Amino acid sequence: MTAVNRVVYEIPARLDPESAEWLRVLGGPGAGREAALARLHEMLLGIAQREARRRGPRLLIAGPELEDLAYQAAADAVMAITVKLGQFRGESRFTTWAYRFVILEVSAKLGRHFWRRPDVPLEAEDWDRLPDRFGFEPARESEWRDLLAALRRAVDTELTARQREVFIAIVVNDVPLDALAVRLGSNRNAIYKIMFDARRKLRAALVANGYLDDDDSGRS
Amino acid sequence: MNGWSALDRFLRTDPRDVGCAKAMEMLHVYVDLVAVGGDAEERYPGIAAHLRACGPCGEDFEALLAAVRETAD
Repeated sequence: MTAVNRVVYEIPARLDPESAEWLRVLGGPGAGREAALARLHEMLLGIAQREARRRGPRLLIAGPELEDLAYQAAADAVMAITVKLGQFRGESRFTTWAYRFVILEVSAKLGRHFWRRPDVPLEAEDWDRLPDRFGFEPARESEWRDLLAALRRAVDTELTARQREVFIAIVVNDVPLDALAVRLGSNRNAIYKIMFDARRKLRAALVANGYLDDDDSGRS
Repeated sequence: MNGWSALDRFLRTDPRDVGCAKAMEMLHVYVDLVAVGGDAEERYPGIAAHLRACGPCGEDFEALLAAVRETAD
């Protein structure tokens, strides 16, 4: 593995010994650094494989494709860590800081992979699946039919076009948020903010029309 | 939980919610605090609120916590 942007880092003063040792060897020269990078890669690969195998089946990814994704996530995480080593401030253990990179890499790669599936709906609106998604019992449809009709009206009348698009994709069509961010050329934070505002508007509309209570307890 | 409460809970928003970017920026700090039994929710209420509401960030939190706990064994 080649050295990337290697500089002499200032090691934060109050580090636990293990974290200090990681910084020392990763910021140092030669064989010691290479060995540390190999060890770090092995640790991150194990985490990537476990996470990919846990999340993959839900996204219909398995076998060699999933293994490749884990290897790529670990490699990219090691690269990011070597580039950003100087940003580690010792607010956590070094390994926790490092593991975060590989977890986020796995999430991002699974989001991108989602669109390789041939059966992904985006434009369709399958509102019939919504009752099951929230656990409404078919036998009690007379109790919740009006509520979901009001929700659908609010989606059409209260939300902006962008909020509606995001709400339909995530809630109605069950598209993962990270995958939608990829499709819309956006990011997780921006899509979440759009959903946050949409949720607030929809709840206000349902409260105003008497379908939900305006308190903190919720309906049991 | 029935459909009414599930929908109600999903639509509720917490004004303390810091959003994905800030939650992920501090995730390693938050996880280390949880891993040692510290009161992360009290110290970082905005991150706690976000992790409760955001599926992807909540999943990343659980994954990082699991990784920390497994490698500590």
